[in-house]
Amino acid sequence: MTGALATLGAASPSLWARIGTSVLQVVAVVVGGPLLLGLMAKIRARAEGRMGPPITQGLSDLRKLVRKEAIRAEHTSAVAALAPLVLVASAAVAAAVTPLLTTRPVVAGGADVFVVVYLLLMGSVALALGGLDAGTAFGGMGASRAMTIGAISEPALLVGILALAVQARTSNLPGIVAASLAHPGWLASPQRLLALVALVVVVIAETGRIPVDNPSTHLELTMIHEAMVLEQAGPDLALVTLGESMRLALLLGLLANLFFPWGVDASGSGLVLLAALAVLAAKTAALAGMIALVEVSTAKLRLFRVPELLAGGFVLAVVAVTTGLVTR
Amino acid sequence: MRPGGALDVVQLAAGVVLAGAVLALWRKDLRALISVLSLQGAALATLAGVLAAHDGDVGLGVVAGVVLVAKGLVIPGLLARVVRADPGSRETAPLVNVPASLVTAAVLVVLSYLVAGRLTALFPDPLTRLAPLGLATVLVGFFVLVTRRKAVSQIVGLLLIDNGLALTAFLLTAGVPLLVELGASLDVLLVVVVLQVLATTMRARFGHVDLDQLRELHD
Repeated sequence: MTGALATLGAASPSLWARIGTSVLQVVAVVVGGPLLLGLMAKIRARAEGRMGPPITQGLSDLRKLVRKEAIRAEHTSAVAALAPLVLVASAAVAAAVTPLLTTRPVVAGGADVFVVVYLLLMGSVALALGGLDAGTAFGGMGASRAMTIGAISEPALLVGILALAVQARTSNLPGIVAASLAHPGWLASPQRLLALVALVVVVIAETGRIPVDNPSTHLELTMIHEAMVLEQAGPDLALVTLGESMRLALLLGLLANLFFPWGVDASGSGLVLLAALAVLAAKTAALAGMIALVEVSTAKLRLFRVPELLAGGFVLAVVAVTTGLVTR
Repeated sequence: MRPGGALDVVQLAAGVVLAGAVLALWRKDLRALISVLSLQGAALATLAGVLAAHDGDVGLGVVAGVVLVAKGLVIPGLLARVVRADPGSRETAPLVNVPASLVTAAVLVVLSYLVAGRLTALFPDPLTRLAPLGLATVLVGFFVLVTRRKAVSQIVGLLLIDNGLALTAFLLTAGVPLLVELGASLDVLLVVVVLQVLATTMRARFGHVDLDQLRELHD
């Protein structure tokens, strides 16, 4: 790990500059998440021949929800109050340490694959507990479905990123991005191709997009995420929506930077950061656009077929790690 | 072969072939299987073409062309005709279900790395190090062949084996002689033509192409 980080060059930014960069990353994820959701809704609407809501609709919705009265379902405990906070906080911490704009975010040494994946997992568990807390049938059903899918997709996410870690010989996320920036030839290796397919499937499952979950349905037979948040209202719902969109932006940004690391800033200074922000926005918008187009053209899988899809992703990730171990 | 642009393309093409084999186990839609085969054929042709350009080998260049035409276009085209005659046909009930067969595929890939590791250790080279990918494709192809029921998916398994063999040959020997490759391609082409005739006759007589239901002898 230290070897990979040491190759970054002598120009080491000051601690304050690194903290500033991390804050910028969190702000980018907070603002970018709802915008990405809006972009995906817009692309879907246009592909279906509708005008669709404006791209900033997500931000307007958040503002509307925050102004509403804070109200909770009867008989809920502190879990329901804490769950949205934990969801947003875990996503914010993950956004601060992952290499989104720079390969030198604050506490870069601690930004291990396992740390980031488990931070995301903490958010999903908090959300599921919040869904269970009100004690209604839908909340429990949604939570159980989300955990069933999460139990297969989280290991696949870990193993998929490990395929890149094997190549870079470090499980540190900024280290992986820095190493792939230093070796452009790695980008075309077989294990990266396999891991890319695996991680695209996982990201779609983790963010609840169409072949796995339909974010715009409220049909009790099919909904997963919506069932969990049926009991939330007002500022709580705003936090949950924000947390979910942050996860989307974070996962898409991570996917983009792990596989196409161009434009990630290694020095972490001033104007270069703005350029990195623009490149990141372009990369994640392109990925979101592709996911939206896939959503238009595919039907949602039956719930019992979802493990099949995710098992495919997991196996591709395992194959990717094996390939990486042998051909390195 | 030196690390560089050519090697990147070769590695990527080998990865596409193995990813295609896993995708063939994953998807049930027969049309998707056929596009996977066509993609594999194109990847193999690219690999052979890059090797030919790298070594300045004209014979290998011709082989690349033959592979592109036979495996990338003609064979998938023939299979697509069989499927088109029977629209909506899917591999509905394979003998081993999809998650289990995917796990088996993972085991097969690991196995092929363990076995081929001994071979590649004899001559460590960036190209030979990719040979386990070819062996893994062959093993996954065998698995498709024995666990699928539809005639088309069985022929897809056979073609996966053939693609895996071709990949291994290109990687280990830097190209098979032109005559051998021509013979092998024609053989496979002939098998596909025979299958097309068989499937058409089966559908005319029994109304399905499920090989597993052919248990009794008729007059």
